Amino acid sequence: MLEITDLHVRYGGIHAVKGVTLSIPKGSIVTLIGANGAGKSSAIRAVAGLVKGIEGEIIFNGRDGRTSLKGLPPESMVRKGIALSPEGRRILPHLTVIENLRLGAYSRNDAERIEDDIEYVYSLFPRLKERSWQKGGTLSGGEQQMLAVGRALMSRPDLIMLDEPSLGLAPLLVREIFEIILQINAEGKTVLLVEQNAFAALKIAHYAYILEVGRIVLQGSGQELLTNPKVKAAYLGG
Amino acid sequence: MTSAMFIQHFFNALTLGSLYGLIAIGYTMVYGILRLINFAHGDIFMMGAYFIFFGTVSFFLPWGVAAVLAIAAASLCGVIIDRIAYQPLRNAPRISALISAIGVSFLIENLALVIFTGLPRPVVQPEWLVKPLAFGNVRILPLGLVVPAISFILVAALLWVVYRTKPGLAMRAISKDIETTRLLGVKVNKIIAFTFALGSALAAASGIMWALRYPQIHPFMGVLPGFKAFIAAVFGGIGSIQGAMVGGLILGFIEIMLVAFFPEFSGYRDAYAFILLIAILLVKPTGLLGEKLEEKI
Ligand SMILES: Nc1ncnc2c1ncn2[C@@H]1O[C@H](COP(=O)(O)OP(=O)(O)OP(=O)(O)O)[C@@H](O)[C@H]1O
Ligand SMILES: [Mg+2]
Repeated sequence: MLEITDLHVRYGGIHAVKGVTLSIPKGSIVTLIGANGAGKSSAIRAVAGLVKGIEGEIIFNGRDGRTSLKGLPPESMVRKGIALSPEGRRILPHLTVIENLRLGAYSRNDAERIEDDIEYVYSLFPRLKERSWQKGGTLSGGEQQMLAVGRALMSRPDLIMLDEPSLGLAPLLVREIFEIILQINAEGKTVLLVEQNAFAALKIAHYAYILEVGRIVLQGSGQELLTNPKVKAAYLGG
Repeated sequence: MTSAMFIQHFFNALTLGSLYGLIAIGYTMVYGILRLINFAHGDIFMMGAYFIFFGTVSFFLPWGVAAVLAIAAASLCGVIIDRIAYQPLRNAPRISALISAIGVSFLIENLALVIFTGLPRPVVQPEWLVKPLAFGNVRILPLGLVVPAISFILVAALLWVVYRTKPGLAMRAISKDIETTRLLGVKVNKIIAFTFALGSALAAASGIMWALRYPQIHPFMGVLPGFKAFIAAVFGGIGSIQGAMVGGLILGFIEIMLVAFFPEFSGYRDAYAFILLIAILLVKPTGLLGEKLEEKI
């Protein structure tokens, strides 16, 4: 569904992504793992059209057929069927929960079904339903993360990209979020999951890439990497 | 002062204040989204007045039709100004857009001077608007009732757009986080154009009603009301629509009542607003209803 070939991202003199090639088959969960500063966000943001002047090729095979995403502005992604839940959640703090969700559906024109999808998100995250009229900025970190994932779902994406959904969450909440990721994948969505929490991510991923200072150093199925001694040593705490 | 006089002053203040408020809303909306002081905004106000003058005097259009056309035309001018003078500078340092705004303002004023000439033009007031109504010994111009009423209807309509419609939701989102809003599929430049259209429409409406109230129009008529409305926007809390209206009304009341109660100081009437500005900036920089607007990344 998404094929990235030899992607380079540079910020002035900083070469953050140095020739990443990866592929995300339709219907799968693929995870991109790496330490702080490895270039994970840079890669995912390049796909979303948020960084200028990238090199390489990004091909998306979706509702419009095979198209290159390179050079497209971020606002075109949701229309192609790609949604990003950005690092740090980026909830609009002054808008209510339901307004944040409606904004997620901004590209759609089927008003009645948007209301259905809001109910669907509330069924995934009942805690958001109770807080429908609460301002996004007053939610707890975990609730904001749920809202960020729910908001990304509101565009009805075929590919959903999640940048560190477990960041700053207690273990119980991490489990909850990852179960939802499994569920939306089972419902047919392709998932690109960027994570530092390697253990949780590898457990649910079909395929995984490990990124170190801008380069992919290891790849394999989630199970393989979970038992790989190098991965164990570097990312799974021995 | 007799109570009859006070009531007359009250309606004068309400009129002046709502006219300031309508202009202030455009400043506040554009500032809330772009962190830009749109110096050309007062000139849109002036254009509204000229368009109504030409519509009624040169083309003999009925007042209502001329007003709608004048508002539409001025609104379009606002959008064009954004497209030509501000949009290319979206990613430039903010000072560039500010200087561009000052430039556009001078350009429009001087173009108006060339095209419309500097001669003050008399706007013809519909008679029923200026024939005083007598309530006992209180005499009020119908204008003093009509202008505030129309202003409040316009503000209510605007608030409905901002808080109840999809483009309104996008406007509110952009004012906090442009990147995330784009990511969610909002075409930001369209929403900004829409914001300029709304703000300019209100400024033009204000210009038209101003021309009815003070029926001498000239190319620089937008400068002072523009500055005062900007002060009203800061006073009310820049970024807040309700604040801009409240700020405008307070400014209108201060101006009219100070002159009414202290006629000996009436020569300073334009200075009050600026003293107020300095005072707010010192005491409460976020204004009455404003929240802190953080610098956006
Ligand atoms: N806008 C930017 N300007 C300059 N350098 C940047 C920018 N964004 C990221 N970088 C640099 O690029 C490198 C990769 O950053 P990136 O955010 O992609 O890492 P990451 O893998 O997502 O890290 P984390 O897990 O901490 O989120 C870092 O060295 C970072 O400092
Ligand atoms: Mg990151």
